[in-house]
Amino acid sequence: MSAVLKAENLQTFYGKSHILHGVSIEVEEGELVTLLGRNGAGKTTTLRSLVGLTAPRQGKVEIFGQDTTHWPAYKISRLGVGYVPEGRKIFPNLTVLENLSVPMARPGRWTIDRIFELFPNLGERRNSWGRQLSGGEQEMLAIARALLLNPKLLLLDEPSQGLAPLLVRDVFRVVASMREEGISVLLVEQNARFGLDVADRVYVLNDGEVVHSGSARELAADEQRVRALAGAGTEEGESAVAAQGVTTA
Amino acid sequence: MSKRAYVNIVIWALLLTVPAWLPLIGGYTALASRILIFALCTMGLNLLLGFTGVMSFGQAAYFGLGGYGAGLILVHLTSNMWIAVIVGTLAGGIAAVVLGPILMNRRGIYFAMITVAIGQIFYFVAARWDSFTGGQDGLTGFSRMPLHFGSITVNLTAVPFYYFVLFFFAIGAAAVAMLLNSPLGHTFVAIRENRRRAAFLGIHVERYIWASFGIAGFLCGLAGALNALQNNFISPMDLYWVASGNFVIMAVLGGMRSFWGPLVGSIIFIGFQDYVSSIFPNNWETFIGALFIIVVLFFPNGVLGIIRRKAKVA
Repeated sequence: MSAVLKAENLQTFYGKSHILHGVSIEVEEGELVTLLGRNGAGKTTTLRSLVGLTAPRQGKVEIFGQDTTHWPAYKISRLGVGYVPEGRKIFPNLTVLENLSVPMARPGRWTIDRIFELFPNLGERRNSWGRQLSGGEQEMLAIARALLLNPKLLLLDEPSQGLAPLLVRDVFRVVASMREEGISVLLVEQNARFGLDVADRVYVLNDGEVVHSGSARELAADEQRVRALAGAGTEEGESAVAAQGVTTA
Repeated sequence: MSKRAYVNIVIWALLLTVPAWLPLIGGYTALASRILIFALCTMGLNLLLGFTGVMSFGQAAYFGLGGYGAGLILVHLTSNMWIAVIVGTLAGGIAAVVLGPILMNRRGIYFAMITVAIGQIFYFVAARWDSFTGGQDGLTGFSRMPLHFGSITVNLTAVPFYYFVLFFFAIGAAAVAMLLNSPLGHTFVAIRENRRRAAFLGIHVERYIWASFGIAGFLCGLAGALNALQNNFISPMDLYWVASGNFVIMAVLGGMRSFWGPLVGSIIFIGFQDYVSSIFPNNWETFIGALFIIVVLFFPNGVLGIIRRKAKVA
């Protein structure tokens, strides 16, 4: 196996604030890796550093063997990197179909027809404005938009955020199915349950540093450890119930 | 039939029959030609302002270049009106395409200031280069030439000239409509809504802004060429920043988010200019200014925005 994504010693700043203090992570081909951590641990910043939205001041990012550290976002995307940002971030004043016409689609298995097969809701609402969609539909649309790039690597930032438990289950079923599509996934989650359930490997971030890395299954088995490392998420009763749903479904 | 198709049919039917009904409500056909010409350039500007979300405050540069292009070619080279229009369009468009790279990496107010600065450079060149452009007095010595269709000759008096303008307006409007319904148009809107989002979807944002700027330049060049032919005259004032500001006012008055907003804005602006200035010749702009402030403060989506909201409520 070879690494599709390799980040070494990322030091990222927002102005004067030092956010990432030397983060190193790797995603192997075909792997689903979860990045856990409390609010403000630097998870989103790590993703932004990887996709070229906030370039790291030091460190190195290698994607598919190429040094992309200081590449602009559009170029990284064209390598075959799909990014689904936090809070969905669809285009509110474009319809569903129009939203899907924006990505620089790379040829491959993912076409609009196939997207509508995977997300029948989006197909039904193809002519609705982005802003009229429910939170779940917006998340689906954001994922669909990234899939049209036919990515070999998909980065997802908290896809479960703000969604009803049932929808969370749907989203995670889609995320888990990416593995069968041969897409490597880096998933950022605050909710440790979900994150650990679907992942092969896990990194835990705290204050901009990796404080734990290893097998997801091992960490999932040690609930106290999870709580100590990643904090919230396991305690959220409702979400935990929904997480049960993921495993049983 | 969809509501949108219905609106389009009504608008085109009205435009095609202008010479028949406009005099009945106190207008005259040349006024309608002027309105279409300004609406066409404003459509180009609105592609930038309303759909791509970048502020060009120097669109008169390409409008004026179109005018000088058409005028100079008629003075020096040919009496063929079609060639004059094409040369004017190319003059505005190519200038915008060549200058685009200077602008495309700038954001917000910096983009706006550079567009103004570029516009002023053209203004000063046109105003000072007496031997070529006629300087401050403007370029004269050309006039609308008859058109020849086989054995038929059409003299471009007011009504035929209106249809000449309407022909080009229709081409321009159809091009913009097709563009806005294409992935390219959706990408422009995506950039307006959020550049970063567009970027991580593989969109080279700067290059698309360049494209939008270039297309707007062609549209304004075309409008400028028609404007020179309408007046049989072109002066540096058509390149001046005040002229650029007028286009922005028209776009905002009509409604920047609407396809027909520029036409509505042009009707209001040119209509005001014509009607109010006959009552208050020295300060008609005060009224436009007041109207502009009211629209910006209370109806940010312009006059069409108001109409649309009313239509939804009803």
